[in-house]
Amino acid sequence: MRVIVNQVAYELPSKSMVSDALALIKAKPPYAVAVNLHFVPKTKHADFVLNENDQIEVIAPVTGG
Amino acid sequence: MNAPLPNNLNSADTLVLYGESFASRLLLGTSRYPSPQVLENAVQVSNPGMITVSLRRQGTSTAEAHSGFWDLLKKMAVPVLPNTAGCHSPQEVITTAQMAREVFETDWIKLELIGDDYTLQPDVLRLVQTAETLIKDGFKVLPYCTEDLILCQRLVDVGCQAVMPWAAPIGTGQGPLNPYAMKLLRDRLKVPLLVDAGLGLPSHACTVMEWGFDGVLLNTAVALADDPVVMAKAFAMAVDAGRVAYLSGAMKPQESAQASTPLVGTPFWHQS
Repeated sequence: MRVIVNQVAYELPSKSMVSDALALIKAKPPYAVAVNLHFVPKTKHADFVLNENDQIEVIAPVTGG
Repeated sequence: MNAPLPNNLNSADTLVLYGESFASRLLLGTSRYPSPQVLENAVQVSNPGMITVSLRRQGTSTAEAHSGFWDLLKKMAVPVLPNTAGCHSPQEVITTAQMAREVFETDWIKLELIGDDYTLQPDVLRLVQTAETLIKDGFKVLPYCTEDLILCQRLVDVGCQAVMPWAAPIGTGQGPLNPYAMKLLRDRLKVPLLVDAGLGLPSHACTVMEWGFDGVLLNTAVALADDPVVMAKAFAMAVDAGRVAYLSGAMKPQESAQASTPLVGTPFWHQS
């Protein structure tokens, strides 16, 4: 199954979870996740099922104005 | 002489937003400093009430360059105000705000919904509804907006307990471009007003505080100064000076000259 994580394409087994995608990119806390432009709270990372071509955003804190 | 100020001009005169008090009327951005150390020093000398922060994709050069930022935030221990910078749609704003709430563990959000990439002008037609959605979701929304009176009133109508009009486009440092509208805004709206964006000099900050604005939020004017740390201090002092001047009640401008030295008893009066 093809998914996009931070604009990079990856292959994951079907029915993978958000937590699988996070492990794949070795995400380092603190971070937050959105799938297809919708927020996925960390309490749901382990049971949120991904689908083919899902767009996953993993964001980190940076400076801002 | 260092006479103490009356109580209404010092400790009792704190910035209150959504019922929460802040140590300073200066809010400071954290971007574009020459180094994290300079940022830390600037924050230390200016003691801002809040510092603004943002979110970017992990694994990108931006995020990697800020890998120590999280530790610095914890070290500085200043309340943070996450922004939604770069968002161009209501859904982007809402999702970014929800992610920011989880990462930074705060309900505060600086609502930025950009309508034009060249001027970074906010999308005023969709700003109000987006603010309302965020407020209903439990956020304390500080909307970045223009100085338009009706827009600001509508933001208040949907529950914004403070509004942040720009003085000029972000990062331009031009100072207040529309004093008439900004003073009118101050006169008509009773909620806290913070000037966000466009200030370039401490005198700009002092001026808007003299008009009765409740605070300023700035970044570039400090970060791009030759000495950001000293400039941060200058802005903090200017904000305080403007606030105290506002509370003091300025004199009304006069059309004609009025001697300040008493005329009675002037030597040589009518002798020449």
